[in-house]
Amino acid sequence: MPAPPPDDRRVTPPGARLYAQIPDRIPGGFDGQLISFAEELRSEHVAIGTSELLDAFSALTHISWTSQPDFKEALAATLAKSPEDRRVFELVFERFFFRAAEAEAARQQIKEGPATSHAAQGDLDLEELRRQIAAALSDGDEATLRDLARLAIAAFGRGEGSGVLGVDVQRIRRALGLRTEPQPALPDDDPRRDGVPREQLRRFEQHLRRELERDMIERTQSLPPKRALSELDRSLPSGPIQDLAAVHRVVAQLKRRLATQGTELRGRKRHAHVDVRRTMRASLQSGGVPIELKYRPQRPRRPEIFVLCDVSTSVTSASTFFLSVLHALHDSFRKLRSFVFIERISEVTDVFERERDFKAASEAVSRDAGVADISGYTDYGRVWTEFLSTIEDELHPRATVIVLGDARTNGRPPRDDVFAQITARAGRTFWLNPEPRLYWNYGDSVIAAYAEHCQAFECWRTDQLEDFVKALAQPIVAR
Amino acid sequence: MTETMISPTSVDDVSAGLREAGYLAGESTALVSFLATKLDKPVLVEGPAGVGKTELAKALARYLDRRLVRLQCYEGLDEAKAMYEWNYRKQLLRIQAESSDAGWSDVQEDIFGEEFLLPRPLMTAIASELPVVLLIDEIDKTDQEFEAMLLELLSEFQISIPELGRIDARTQPVVILTSNNTRELTEALKRRCLYLWLDYPELEHELEIVRLHSPGLQESVARKLVEIVGQIRELDLKKPPSIAESIDWARALLLLGANEIDAEMFRQTMSVIVKHRTDLDTVAARIGVKLEAAADARPAA
Repeated sequence: MPAPPPDDRRVTPPGARLYAQIPDRIPGGFDGQLISFAEELRSEHVAIGTSELLDAFSALTHISWTSQPDFKEALAATLAKSPEDRRVFELVFERFFFRAAEAEAARQQIKEGPATSHAAQGDLDLEELRRQIAAALSDGDEATLRDLARLAIAAFGRGEGSGVLGVDVQRIRRALGLRTEPQPALPDDDPRRDGVPREQLRRFEQHLRRELERDMIERTQSLPPKRALSELDRSLPSGPIQDLAAVHRVVAQLKRRLATQGTELRGRKRHAHVDVRRTMRASLQSGGVPIELKYRPQRPRRPEIFVLCDVSTSVTSASTFFLSVLHALHDSFRKLRSFVFIERISEVTDVFERERDFKAASEAVSRDAGVADISGYTDYGRVWTEFLSTIEDELHPRATVIVLGDARTNGRPPRDDVFAQITARAGRTFWLNPEPRLYWNYGDSVIAAYAEHCQAFECWRTDQLEDFVKALAQPIVAR
Repeated sequence: MTETMISPTSVDDVSAGLREAGYLAGESTALVSFLATKLDKPVLVEGPAGVGKTELAKALARYLDRRLVRLQCYEGLDEAKAMYEWNYRKQLLRIQAESSDAGWSDVQEDIFGEEFLLPRPLMTAIASELPVVLLIDEIDKTDQEFEAMLLELLSEFQISIPELGRIDARTQPVVILTSNNTRELTEALKRRCLYLWLDYPELEHELEIVRLHSPGLQESVARKLVEIVGQIRELDLKKPPSIAESIDWARALLLLGANEIDAEMFRQTMSVIVKHRTDLDTVAARIGVKLEAAADARPAA
């Protein structure tokens, strides 16, 4: 791997100078707060119009502000208008109002007292605390969890804070012995024995993080800089950790959207030819006067697609994911042949036609394809040559070739001349690069050489993929 | 107007009222319904099939004691079928019946009167004397042109008819639009609506729903049923079971007088909740086996 390009956030050492001073109060009282909340949502790409903001204000006049769920739901109903927006809304809501409350507390000098000092380590029965936390996780409410998080910080987070919240949170979690996998060594009645459900653990970690942050704000009397939501929140599945059910949902969604999209297009272009027979029949209703014209539907020509996917370790999940999406949509294409490659290529069309299941398909590909020869490193030159000789006769100007790969040659010759031959024969060629554009052409990435001959897309988030598949499924206008 | 209109004063009011109408609303559902009646804004309800989107509109109509006007959307739906249509036959008849000495302008003015207008659901809803609940079902099935046509109605509650002028709403309807999210709706439409995302309910909530609809079912059976349905939804199925299907299953079990859901009972009644050939196999393999294993383990323990 090449050295990643410099990232300001990561290289800045943690410390006081990272922290901004407590900002001045936002003018305009509560209205001002709400408007700047909307501003923050906008900066996370949630489209909020002024009319929606006005709706939010009028909605708030009808509900009681003392109930947080009601307040939040009222804002969500008026501001966040898709499941994706709703997810962003949850995150931003949490962040914004936490920061607003903390800033106000700091301005008014209200303190909860540092959690890290008031309990000396000896006063607490640590084993008992561990057990209590594990028990509270399964049935505790938010307030109990919060208190326990503070206790845990007091017991385990003392003094040796590393200054990086994520590291501290994980250290405390380990000290508490909370794990998702079963721990058979523990006694029978210990709730941790069968492993803590991931969801509960995540909730507790969130509390820990928030309490640590609160602590930090109180100590330093300043707010940490606001960070944009990580793009990774919306990224494509990149490893086994990713929730498979989430992948399925994305695929199912795409499938349904695309299934309706074709007809929608047909609908828009239906003003083609008058269908005389159906018009005559309709005219019977009005005594032979053809009041209603019936049109003949126009059937779009479906594209022929050849997909070529890199399945070397760095991009394998993105490839399998992409292939299963395409195969789930095979009705939209006239012909679909898929190949995978590392050092050599191998056809996997059958595998994806047989397996509906994402997991089974990816296992089958890694087991049966036999594409890695010796080194397991991608050899693009050889791949192009093999690909060209396999499908040379089938390529024609109406065919579409899609390559998915990171264009990292591992120092081998890129052979873009052979690639140029392929693109010259095919009608359209797309390159999907599962790396963010920032990393392109760093190290051994030679995407620029290939991009001369085809259209290259960055494709590492589900919405990027969706856009691409949409463009692809669009019928080709006859040239 | 003789009867007094029901007008909720708080979220809890709505929640209780919907419950009386046979609909257990989640927190956000009750809140958004309440806001819809207060702000006179349409509500866009999205979510997977069978979580009670259409049912919400029906329950609201029952609770508010209003008539429900329903427009079922489908591809190719146009304004003639959704808003209004000129009654061609009657117009032709009118022209033919006219004596020859009547002037052109008389006839023209005459045949484009309200008498020759056939109201369709949208028109019915806003022209109604008493306020109604308007349900525009599966809006995502229509094309974008139709959505654009709805905009005027949804924001101004009026319909423009070129020959006749503008028809304003006499009463303010509560408008519910539902969508299965098969296609992204336009920003313009979303901007005019309150948004509600309905998902499959939490276990306890669904248990309550099942018990409301089949009170005779034993508590333990109902709980087991809801748990199994929850597990089935986790699987990758063509069509996961909806709430309506949980209720159907509960009723089926009640009719059969089941005291417990064991592997045998499950196999026999599975087709109530799972409706695809391939899904049946998957569910039998995953859940059925689990139930059998549980049954085997019990005598041993």
